[in-house]
Amino acid sequence: MQQRDFDIVIVGGGGAGLRAAIGAAEQAKGQGTPQRIALLSKVYPMRSHTVAAEGGAAAVTSEEDTHQAHFDDTVSGGDWLVEQGVVDYFVHHAYQELVQMERWGCPWSRKDDGQVQVRRFGGMKTARTWFAADKTGFHMLHTLFQTSLKYPEIERFDEYFVLDLAVHEGAVIGVIALQIATGELTLLRAKAVVLATGGAGRLFRFNTNAGIVTGDGMAMAYRHGVALRDMEFVQYHPTGLPGSGILITEACRGEGGILLNKDGYRYLQDYGLGPETPLGKPENKYMELGPRDKLSQAFWQEQQAGRTGKFGDSDVVYLDLRHLGEKYILERLPFICELAKAYINVDPVKEPIPIRPAVHYTMGGIETNPQCETSIAGLYAAGECASVGLHGANRLGSNSLTELLVFGRLAGEQASKRAAQTEWADERLLEAQGDRQQAKLLRLCDGTDSAESWVELKHAMVQAMESGCGIYRTEEGMRHSLDTMRQLRTRFNKVRINDTSKIFNTELLECLELECGLDIAEASCLGALERRESRGAHQRLDEEMQKRDDVNYLKHSQVFYQGDAHAELRWQDVDARFSAPAERAYGDAGKGEKV
Amino acid sequence: MSTDQITAKRVSTNSASTKHISVKRYLPDTSTETYWQEYDLPVDDSTSLLDALNHIKEQLDSTLSYRWSCRMAICGSCGVMVNGIPKLGCKTFLRDYEGDIRIEPLSHFPVQRDLVVDMAIFLEHLAAVKPYLIGDNPVKPYDPKAPETYQQTPEQLARYKQFANCINCGLCYSACPQFGLNPEFLGPAALTLAHRYNLDSRDNGKKARMAELNRHDGVWSCTFVGFCSKVCPKHVDPAAAVNQGKVEAAKHTLIALFKG
Repeated sequence: MQQRDFDIVIVGGGGAGLRAAIGAAEQAKGQGTPQRIALLSKVYPMRSHTVAAEGGAAAVTSEEDTHQAHFDDTVSGGDWLVEQGVVDYFVHHAYQELVQMERWGCPWSRKDDGQVQVRRFGGMKTARTWFAADKTGFHMLHTLFQTSLKYPEIERFDEYFVLDLAVHEGAVIGVIALQIATGELTLLRAKAVVLATGGAGRLFRFNTNAGIVTGDGMAMAYRHGVALRDMEFVQYHPTGLPGSGILITEACRGEGGILLNKDGYRYLQDYGLGPETPLGKPENKYMELGPRDKLSQAFWQEQQAGRTGKFGDSDVVYLDLRHLGEKYILERLPFICELAKAYINVDPVKEPIPIRPAVHYTMGGIETNPQCETSIAGLYAAGECASVGLHGANRLGSNSLTELLVFGRLAGEQASKRAAQTEWADERLLEAQGDRQQAKLLRLCDGTDSAESWVELKHAMVQAMESGCGIYRTEEGMRHSLDTMRQLRTRFNKVRINDTSKIFNTELLECLELECGLDIAEASCLGALERRESRGAHQRLDEEMQKRDDVNYLKHSQVFYQGDAHAELRWQDVDARFSAPAERAYGDAGKGEKV
Repeated sequence: MSTDQITAKRVSTNSASTKHISVKRYLPDTSTETYWQEYDLPVDDSTSLLDALNHIKEQLDSTLSYRWSCRMAICGSCGVMVNGIPKLGCKTFLRDYEGDIRIEPLSHFPVQRDLVVDMAIFLEHLAAVKPYLIGDNPVKPYDPKAPETYQQTPEQLARYKQFANCINCGLCYSACPQFGLNPEFLGPAALTLAHRYNLDSRDNGKKARMAELNRHDGVWSCTFVGFCSKVCPKHVDPAAAVNQGKVEAAKHTLIALFKG
């Protein structure tokens, strides 16, 4: 087994991982302690799912806007299940990170005078979302990747699949990684490790996510005893394309797009988001600019009432942009036009786009403190894989791209500080953990006939998550999903793979990803079942549980791994130091809330 | 406005049928020889080539290896040759093909296994052109006392924006006969990326990049075949970027000549 030593190992090459790498490099320079940084990713960094983010990144920008307003929007958007100290830090550091991106060359869209342009986004009181047409994540990711090339101290390990963390006496000492091209294991010894491995949208059948979004980093930390927090909160984005789930950005609505049911009626006015705003005059926090949880729930209600249309086998509603005019649509939303034409043969300039909700974002994740550190010393997490406490029960659109930057940088800096004061662990400790991983791989590929099919297990997992943990949930449905995950975890032990090749064995990767998925799906189901209230993206149809219950559940769920036994759940207090829970109000009900 | 018509129009589009595709296999663990493998698959009007590969992987043959991720033509992972033409698997639809469909790994790159090629040289070329803003001074980190962005008008943005849309899929390298002959040629995507930064009003790095661009393996290896732009799935037009780059390189040479 090859062994390499680094001060800092970063797992994940998306927005958070790249920002962490650059942040660590700058921090090391500032401290005068040269440090070697390894950046591992199971794909080339520019393939990371940050690339698919479309709409934009939020920060208080205009003179009329205030940090307090961005704070209030985020806290109420998250239905008060957020860490308010963390939100406060976030809103105060958002703008500088977007400026830093600009100074690194990000092609933000501009006003005529050359200043950065902002657009409206759902659940935000005012326009504060920076954007690069409708490919904001793509441009941010490429800008970060290209900028990272300036730093020789960052050594990339592209297409390395991290199998496990090496942990000794409560501290992380490195990682064990599989080089995909050769099938060989590499041990990377480190003084600090940052996980930036993304979300877990692929637990669900119908989602907007890339194939790589399988929750591997979450599972790795979880198996070493770190809590997964608030995993029951899974965001359905209201506008995915039927069939594929491909994302149609919220920016469509920010720019003035409207949602219609099959009768051509703007149904959102019936769900506490009205009154109807005039065509082409979107208003913040009204109608189509409500938060994602409420919009996805409204779709479900329309579907139950038989007022959705059909596209192929899918129930759909319609996103109409036509009144914006061809020139404006092509300037602001060119990628949406390309996607709708290519994947469903609809030209948004001429026809409304059929859409339906699709799983989009994992609000919960690896629990960290406000400095991004987990309960394992030296192990940090940032971005979608983490639960630093920013999003609570429902994330606002355009907060997560900014989150990658604010907390990616913070995690990188913290890791660098820690590495400067820490020594490497004894390398034999790492070797022992490497041997265990090798044995596990050999078992999966031992050439015996598979008693269980990973394909079957994967399909059973995504079906059960969708049926039991969807937009609206019931006790019975969640119980069934949880039982299913527990059975599937047992059945996984009998999975063997056909492909015994060492070189680029993607069947092996699929199996490892599935094993991660099953572990964290159990955590998600358990959190959902035990949260006997409705809050944000977690809505129950059970009697007595259809409302928010702050007396019993203004608490984070924490799920702890127990090996082959059932996972365990505990409750954790929420940091509500600035803003007491209140009614979430949108449309006219929220009138009077001023910036 | 009623949407019934749209509904009616779309419902009947999914007619399932069977398609036959051939995939070039290479399994270096077992043999140095490549071979063709045949698969029959159920398809409908919406089936992409990537959907077909995923169907093979899950239902017919789990040993087939290929790259993919976003399935929406933005991550750049799934480039392959389809009947000899470089394409993104996720944006290629089987409905558009009559008769045989032959799938091979991207041309001009070393094949690692099946449809997976080694992109290392591509990454090296990207890094070689210094694809980041270069200022007169190093780009200043954010100063909380002066949180200023650069100014850039929409017109200035428009000069380079198209060239910033490259997804690094590598199709243009498979289309480029010069890269096929000489892998040291920086190639269309890297030259386009250099041009993107050279055109950026915030950048002062043209001189620093010219050493790479203005040499045989830089812009001057391009013979203007133009196939790179034809296969580009994002309409970046690398051929235009490379040839504008030639003009810049020639100017640079002349100026250097007069300056002695």
